[in-house]
Amino acid sequence: MNTLIIAAVLLIMLGVAYQSGWSRGRGLATVGGTRVHSRPQYHGSFVAVWTMIPALLILALWAYFGPGLTRSYTVAQIPQDILLSLDQAGLNSEIARIQSMASGFGATGEIADWEAAAGAALRSFQFLTFAGVLVLAILAGGSALVYARSRITARLRARTAVEQFISWMLLACSAVAILTTLGIVASLVTEAFKFFTFISPIDFFLGTVWAPNNAANGGNYGSYGLLPLLTGTLMITAIAMLVAVPVGLMAAIYLSQYAHPRLRAVAKPLIEILAGIPTIVFGFFALVTVGPFLRDLGNFIGLDINATSALTAGIVMGIMIIPFVSSLSDDILNQVPSSLRDGAYGLGATQSETIRNVLLPAALPGIVGAFLLAVSRAVGETMIVVLAAGNAPILRFNPLEPVGTITVSIVNQLTGDTDFTGPQSLVGFALGLTLFVMTLGLNIFALYIVRRFREQYE
Amino acid sequence: MDLMSGKVKMTQQTVTTSMNPSEGLDRPIRLTARDVTVHYGAKQALFGISIDIPDRAVTAFIGPSGCGKSTFLRCINRMNDTIEGARVGGTIRLDGQDIYAPDLDVVELRARVGMVFQKPNPFPKSIYDNVAYGPRIHGLARNKADLDEIVISSLRKAGLFEEVKDRLNEPGTGLSGGQQQRLCIARAIAVGPEVILMDEPCSALDPIATAIIEELIDELRENYTIVIVTHSMQQAARVSQRTAFFHLGNLIEQGKTEDIFTNPVNKQTQDYIMGRIG
Amino acid sequence: MADLTASDSAARRQRVRAGLKRRHLGEQLFRGFGLLAIAVALGFVALLFIDIGRKGIPAFVQTNLHLAVTFDPAVIKLDPKPEPSQFASEAEYRAASLAWQRDAALLNWNKIVEAALRQAAPAGFDIDARALLRIPETNARHQLREMFVANPDLLGQTVEVDLLGSADTDNWVKGNIDRSLGDAQQQLAPEARALIDQFQQEGIISTGFAWSIFTNVDSRSAPASAGLLGAFMGTLWMMLIVIVLAVPIGVAAAIYLEEFAPKSRLTDLIEVNINNLAAVPSIVFGLLGAAVFVNWAHLPLSAPLVGGLVLTLMTLPTIIIATRGALLGVSPALRQAALGMGASKTQMVFHHVLPVTFPSILTATILGVAHALGETAPLLLIGMKAFVASVPATPLDQATALPVQIYLWQGNENRNFFEPRTAAAIIVLLAVMIILNGAAIYLRSRLEKRA
Repeated sequence: MNTLIIAAVLLIMLGVAYQSGWSRGRGLATVGGTRVHSRPQYHGSFVAVWTMIPALLILALWAYFGPGLTRSYTVAQIPQDILLSLDQAGLNSEIARIQSMASGFGATGEIADWEAAAGAALRSFQFLTFAGVLVLAILAGGSALVYARSRITARLRARTAVEQFISWMLLACSAVAILTTLGIVASLVTEAFKFFTFISPIDFFLGTVWAPNNAANGGNYGSYGLLPLLTGTLMITAIAMLVAVPVGLMAAIYLSQYAHPRLRAVAKPLIEILAGIPTIVFGFFALVTVGPFLRDLGNFIGLDINATSALTAGIVMGIMIIPFVSSLSDDILNQVPSSLRDGAYGLGATQSETIRNVLLPAALPGIVGAFLLAVSRAVGETMIVVLAAGNAPILRFNPLEPVGTITVSIVNQLTGDTDFTGPQSLVGFALGLTLFVMTLGLNIFALYIVRRFREQYE
Repeated sequence: MDLMSGKVKMTQQTVTTSMNPSEGLDRPIRLTARDVTVHYGAKQALFGISIDIPDRAVTAFIGPSGCGKSTFLRCINRMNDTIEGARVGGTIRLDGQDIYAPDLDVVELRARVGMVFQKPNPFPKSIYDNVAYGPRIHGLARNKADLDEIVISSLRKAGLFEEVKDRLNEPGTGLSGGQQQRLCIARAIAVGPEVILMDEPCSALDPIATAIIEELIDELRENYTIVIVTHSMQQAARVSQRTAFFHLGNLIEQGKTEDIFTNPVNKQTQDYIMGRIG
Repeated sequence: MADLTASDSAARRQRVRAGLKRRHLGEQLFRGFGLLAIAVALGFVALLFIDIGRKGIPAFVQTNLHLAVTFDPAVIKLDPKPEPSQFASEAEYRAASLAWQRDAALLNWNKIVEAALRQAAPAGFDIDARALLRIPETNARHQLREMFVANPDLLGQTVEVDLLGSADTDNWVKGNIDRSLGDAQQQLAPEARALIDQFQQEGIISTGFAWSIFTNVDSRSAPASAGLLGAFMGTLWMMLIVIVLAVPIGVAAAIYLEEFAPKSRLTDLIEVNINNLAAVPSIVFGLLGAAVFVNWAHLPLSAPLVGGLVLTLMTLPTIIIATRGALLGVSPALRQAALGMGASKTQMVFHHVLPVTFPSILTATILGVAHALGETAPLLLIGMKAFVASVPATPLDQATALPVQIYLWQGNENRNFFEPRTAAAIIVLLAVMIILNGAAIYLRSRLEKRA
């Protein structure tokens, strides 16, 4: 109800302000023979911006401080002797009771006289403050309106001012991206730093045992060695690349150099479907189809393959990355100037010789960049490994066994737990920081290579 | 400036002195084209081109841009095959053999008919590897010494060896424009072609480099059948013995270069030579 | 200068010809590898869809029980339902009403279910109550209670009711379980299995389209009634938040960077930053959400609001990059035309450039939102994997999301029943994705045709 009233008041103010600025600006045009700098719409917007800013500012201040003030007022209504007898929980429930009475919903059980009085007092307090704030907002907006309107003259650069305002708003929006990065870095670094007060960075980065002790008693937190997770992550990434790079690259080569346009028109979007499928779906596919298939295949050829293993997760992740590799490679192959291709054909090279000896070497830096981007994506992938890698963070190098990864451990240590006090949950941030630095490094390097490659042929 | 004009003059002199009015006609015919048409999709680019190209002489194709001269040139080693939607009709024979015959191997054809392109396009490899690439893929060298010899002699023939002999392992893309184009010529020669097609080989070069290349073309004429596309009539006059004038996809006139330039039969040719057509 | 002789050239041709066969074979092989790669990639696409379809489609069929249920006054001993008019304040009415509902819940509704089942069974069929009650889903008693609470006049009446068969019944009816297995390996007692077959013949048990997947919320105790409504609404709330926040902010940021930003070190930094942000693993955004939104700003755990904010931050770089690409593609001629007419830069952007790029921006936005909807990992870290058995009414309520529901279901121990149901949930998720992507493609072609 209150929000509706506020919204209505704001809308009306907006309309009135715009209208008054507009008519004033229009008046200028008819009265003076002088040239008016801006069109009336801009005078309207100019006044509207001036009006809304103070009004919104007051409402924002109230939204921030209001609840605290209301609470203090409510507490002040409780008689001193009763207040002293209440503990924190009792106080909260008493405040809820009074607020519920003030809202007209009422309360159950015996209602003490002072409670009823407090409810009534709070009710009038709430009404008065709400009305007060609203009036204040209207007054502030109104006076700003009058001031802004009085500034309107033929020479006022209203359009410039409004456009300046718009460009500030746009700048604020692009600052969100920077703030996000800052937020990521700040939260990862501070929480990881807290973690390192429990476990030394040496034990974390060079430790070979991952065994967090969730019952943190007697200072025994368990071991938090990163290496088993890192090897698991790298093993899965390597397998994924072994699947994705040959298939993705060859598919890109075939589609861009050989395929009939009709095949290309069909096959390209079909392959790109893989990129749009949520990773949880790949995880399920790995868990219930690929894993058991590999296990049976292993039995058949006499190999002991676990259904959930680095191999399962790696293969499925590779499938997921195929379109990523193929579309990037496609882009890069298309950027190699066709004069090089012609040069090789002109010498009598076959198409595959042209591709292997001329196109690919020329595109190599770009393809390496694409490869690194794909690696960074594989390193950070979570759901496939959560479901299909088996979560066995043990330092070993057999891809047929279950493994643990950085991302899986983040999920395991941090699901829904926001009580960041012990190392068992804080380690999630140390792992996150490791992951962030790894992927960031890969990306910056990859983007640098790709950019250099582009410049070479521009 | 003086140096440049001197060079150009010198080239002209060599051409003039070596030009025998009967040359280019006495020569046996190497390439014959009859009723060649090209379509790009629905658009027709060439309309029934018929021409004979003599052995060991320079034939120039001239005409305003978009006239089809490059298109026809690319038919001779079937480079149009690499363009999607391009269809070639009519017949082209090299030493009597139909180069569009179904059993003909394009790879073999291109080993016999080399090509130099408008913009120098050295591969992003070393100078040595650029020249060695053709012999390598075609298996022309029995051993490393053989290959070295082919590379060096090709660079020599292209007049580049003295300039690059100390840096054969440096990337070919590091050379100047004119040197790059001579490298591309050396690369084409290394395969040992019988015909060399040149598609406006000097259009991206400065006058000095152009003069050097023209000189080179004149030397190569002794051993190779050369077809050159050029937008510069002066160049055609300087280097070629025979000239063919193309306009709007048609072959308007062909004959001895001297005749074409001094005494054109066709009105359009005359207009072009007088600078009235684009 | 060495002269070329005819024999030289012939020898050379001979050598070229000698290598041709091998080289053409290499060509064929290379081409074959390319075709193989395409086949492998397309094969994976096909395999994935066929596999999910084969597993999930049977789950869209549910087993129903049609019973005549008597609301027996001998079992349902309750005071009359409280009416609002009887109480001084709403709070007191609410308290009394809750007390009455609690009393209703304490009654043994299973007795009523059991009576209805025995009524339907052949006279004298010998089966003990526990075995019998395994046939309907365990929520049958809640369903009957809710019917009664909504309408206390049912007392003493006999009405036709559709109940869900239990997961075990469902497996038996669909043949998901091997009928030849011994009693020890069967979930249901032999009498119950016989009765189910009997019911099926009589039409008391039938199968039909599983509306329950769409109309019910998640359930652990009654797996056959577990549905996606709660998760779907959670996803819808998040989608709303992403659209409301990410789209305007993203487009505005792109406009600033592409059109207004001065070329400075700061702009370069923002640009590099956005490119890198686009490649930050999604789980890191989950960490950000947990640390900043939940732990620091004290926004509620498991709420679609937090999920929406996290997904917004994740989607922003995608939208910014796509929008910038679209703006970059606008021809300079249009810009110069607008500026030449005396338009200010702002007017040029908003009146001329933006309308032209609208189709591309729209498409990119839809694709970005669709991608965000499929995200699971960051949501796990902000508590959205909690079991939630209600439909979130506001973005501040506890909720889960479609992909998280898939994650939760695939982990359920009742594999036989939940594997198909998980696949069914995946089909629903993929259907949502396909609809969004289809809409993007359709809108783009429509808008571009008009432009």
